Amino acid sequence: MISLTDYLIVGAILFGLSLAGLVINRKNLIIVLMSIELMLLAVNMNFIAFSSFLQDSAGQVFVFFILTVAAAETAIGLAILIVLYRLKQSIHISELNTLKG
Amino acid sequence: MSVEKLVFYVFSAILIGSASMVIFSRQSVRAALFLIVAFCSSAVLWMLLEAEFLSLLLIFVYVGAVMTLFMFVVMMLNLDQETVQEKFVRYLPIALILVVLMVAILIFSVKSTHLGDLGQAMSSHHSADYSNTKALGMLLYTHYFYAFELAAVILLIAIVAAIGLTHREKENNKRQRISEQLKANKKDRLTIIDMEAEE
Repeated sequence: MISLTDYLIVGAILFGLSLAGLVINRKNLIIVLMSIELMLLAVNMNFIAFSSFLQDSAGQVFVFFILTVAAAETAIGLAILIVLYRLKQSIHISELNTLKG
Repeated sequence: MSVEKLVFYVFSAILIGSASMVIFSRQSVRAALFLIVAFCSSAVLWMLLEAEFLSLLLIFVYVGAVMTLFMFVVMMLNLDQETVQEKFVRYLPIALILVVLMVAILIFSVKSTHLGDLGQAMSSHHSADYSNTKALGMLLYTHYFYAFELAAVILLIAIVAAIGLTHREKENNKRQRISEQLKANKKDRLTIIDMEAEE
C-alpha cells in the first residue's frame, strides 16, 4: 500500500530539484521558468496527496486554481522573455542588470 | 509487490529523472521535452490518487497548451549554442548543499510517525460510479464560485498582458494619429501666397 509519506517524499524531492535548477542556472531564463513550473507541480502533488488521504476534495479545488495562476504566470513570463529578447538579443540572466539591483 | 506500487515507483522514478534532466540539460528544447515527460508521469501519479479530472487537466492544459507555448518560444528565439554552463560549477556546491539540506528536512518532517493517524491512513477508494469531475464541480460552482470568477479574471488579465507586451505596431500603417491631428493648427498646414491673376 502506498502511504501518504511516499507521495510527500516525491513532492519534496521534486521541489528540491527545481530549487537547485533556480540556483544553478545563470544563463537561460527559459529554464528558470521551467523550474518554477516544476516547483508548482511539486506543490500540487502535495495538495492532491493530502486531498486524497483526508478524503476532502477542497485540496483538488486548490490545485485547480494553482494551475490557472501558473498558466497565467507562464504566459506573461514568456511574453516578457520575448520583449527582453527583442531588446537585448539574448536571454542570459547575467545580463539582466539594467536596474543595478 | 502490487501493481499499484509498481506503477507508483516506476513513474516517480521517471518523474524525478526527467525533472533532473530539465535542470541539467544544456539545450532549452531538450529541457522542454523532458518537462513534458515530467508532467505526463505526474499525471499518472495523480491518477493513482484518484484525481482523474486534474490529472487529465494537467495533460490537456500543460502538455497541450503551456508546453506548446514554451516550445514556440524556444524555437522562435535564436538562442546561441555557446557553452551554456560556464558559471555552472561555481554555484553547484552551494546548490547541492542547499538542496540536500532542504530535501532532508522535508523528508524528515513527513515521516509517517509525524503524521499521526494520517501515516497509516489509506488513500480514498471510491466506488465505480463515483465521479471525480462531478464532485469537483459541485464544490467549484457553489462553495468556491467567487474564487472561480477571480480565476477567470486572472486569465483575462494574462491574455491582455501577453498581447499588450508582445504586440508590435507596424511603422507604416495608415491609422489615424489623433494626438497629432489635434496638435496641428492652421499655421503649419496652410500657406497663403500672393500671385498675380493669370489670364
